[in-house]
Amino acid sequence: MADDGINSYMTGPDEQGRFGIFGGRFVSETLMPLILDLEARYEFAKTDPAFWAEMDDLWKHYVGRPSPLYFAPRLTAHLGGAKIYLKRDELNHTGAHKINNVLGQIILARRMGKTRIIAETGAGQHGVATATVCAKFGLKCVVYMGAHDVERQAPNVFRMRLLGAEVVPVTSGRGTLKDAMNDALRDWVTNVRDTFYCIGTVAGPHPYPAMVRDFQSIIGKEVRWQLAEQEGEGRLPDTVIAAIGGGSNAMGLFYPFLDDPSVRIIGVEAGGKGVDDRMQHCASLTGGRPGVLHGNRTYLLQDDDGQILEGFSISAGLDYPGIGPEHAWLHDTGRAEYVSITDAEALEAFQLCCALEGIIPALEPSHALAHVLKIAPTLPKDHIIVMNMCGRGDKDIFTVAKHLGFDMKI
Amino acid sequence: MTRIDDTFGRLKAEGKKAFVAYIMAGDPDLATSLQVMKGMPAAGVDIIELGLPFTDPMADGETIQLAGQRSLEGGQTLVRTLDMVREFRRSDAVTPIVLMGYYNPIYSRGVDRFLAEAKEAGIDGLIVVDLPPEEDSELCLPAQAAGINFIRLATPTTDDKRLPKVLQNTSGFVYYVSITGITGAAAAKPADVAPEVARIKAQTDLPVIVGFGISTPEAAQDIAAIADGCVVGSAIVKLVGEGRPVPEVLDRVAALAGGAHAA
Repeated sequence: MADDGINSYMTGPDEQGRFGIFGGRFVSETLMPLILDLEARYEFAKTDPAFWAEMDDLWKHYVGRPSPLYFAPRLTAHLGGAKIYLKRDELNHTGAHKINNVLGQIILARRMGKTRIIAETGAGQHGVATATVCAKFGLKCVVYMGAHDVERQAPNVFRMRLLGAEVVPVTSGRGTLKDAMNDALRDWVTNVRDTFYCIGTVAGPHPYPAMVRDFQSIIGKEVRWQLAEQEGEGRLPDTVIAAIGGGSNAMGLFYPFLDDPSVRIIGVEAGGKGVDDRMQHCASLTGGRPGVLHGNRTYLLQDDDGQILEGFSISAGLDYPGIGPEHAWLHDTGRAEYVSITDAEALEAFQLCCALEGIIPALEPSHALAHVLKIAPTLPKDHIIVMNMCGRGDKDIFTVAKHLGFDMKI
Repeated sequence: MTRIDDTFGRLKAEGKKAFVAYIMAGDPDLATSLQVMKGMPAAGVDIIELGLPFTDPMADGETIQLAGQRSLEGGQTLVRTLDMVREFRRSDAVTPIVLMGYYNPIYSRGVDRFLAEAKEAGIDGLIVVDLPPEEDSELCLPAQAAGINFIRLATPTTDDKRLPKVLQNTSGFVYYVSITGITGAAAAKPADVAPEVARIKAQTDLPVIVGFGISTPEAAQDIAAIADGCVVGSAIVKLVGEGRPVPEVLDRVAALAGGAHAA
């Protein structure tokens, strides 16, 4: 496999929930027994054919999987280099990759006899996915959302309410995604006996990072056989690229390729107004250092005293000051590369994708696309890039209109 | 033997229960919180729990969260908190000080460096909410080796199977969290707490102190009566947050201590 002494990049985490020094279970004692129970239940479910049969059935008939792997001909011609494929996870029910993971966690919650589901959400995509699946199964759903996000993501708030969820605007701290996660943890610690915390990304205490990755890995697994179908048996992508906030869509695309050394792996963080000492970004790997927050050790934006800083990005789905621990490990081992893209670059890629391919991307994958725009022209024509189009842009048109100076008032 | 062990020895000899009081370091500013801290022993506080402010206090309710924000806005840091302890120690070499907070500021400082500085400053024990026994190698074991007590939280969800693991590397005392929840929220119920304390005491010789959900002298008395003592935090921090003068805060502390000591 790799020539740096690591036999496989796919065996993590270890029994302590660690990827190298990252990950772990940094939670209060009240939650510990529940987390151990969850781990045991998940370990059982993972090898239970009935669990995966239920997932496969819902993925196919409810979510609409497999999502297409689409060759983007005009984008490829425009850039004049590598061949660009888009993994169309924005076509999933609810409009993003988030539901892949939510289904898995909710099925597990039902098996554990939990009747109340809580979730945190930033842009609202994970909240909408959670509210959706809870409605489908008749479960009570409470979504914590930063007060500022409640304001700027009004359509998603209304969606969640239509779906029967209670949306709690979080005003504690600074009322952002990380504060929403704090309040979700406070709720969980208070209602630990009947409540399941459905985490939206590959972060949090073990087993969440591994569990969410496993559920999202359907993305990369599909890419493997879909590309072989279109490009010939055994053909792997040369480069896979995805945007990273917490990092769940990226982990889902990357994981099945970790032990294929010919596949170059690139994660794209949100560089906001630029990664420098003004901290107007949320690039945890390029601008942060290791610390402990929300149950795991990972790269965090923090000051000299270990106080957590706020992230900044045009995309509400990326402005979290941390990143999944497995990404931190892949970064330190060098198996994956991490770069950052500014708001302005993402906006440009957003518009180009609309114009050339007739696809309105979310602002999150627009960051990944912006990096594709940078590297594709420098690569040979037989080089294959697969980029995860992890969400659709309907939710972002108001933000984009504002930045482009278009008056949306009807 | 630490100051914590000595204090429990003294209380036992006097036939008294322990009163533990919490304040946030640097709330609303360093000078005021130091003044409150200095007045605590005379007000009847047996052990001082000094809060280390953190931006993301996941196990705390609004009262302590806001206190942390005030403190951080006033420029409080881990370094300044240790300075505050040094200043306190100039006039009090006896009262135990337990630093309570979250792991990241300590991890950020570097565990070995922090432990050396904390010991030298006069810290006797640590309560770090987000370090369960599963993460003992991080700070718990190095702290014990450095001669600082690591005080573990036991909770209503800690079942009999898990309790030995929770008690294993605990020293100083065991902090029983009376409710499933956050600080300053629901009220602790003596009838629920008593069997839990008995369950823990059956497995350890360490004192068991009960905290969370105790806000009046009466509640302090009721809870202290069924344990080796009690902790009051949010009820005191709330007065500081309301901008009450230090003597008024200390009067309330004395009333709460009176409750615990009457048990």
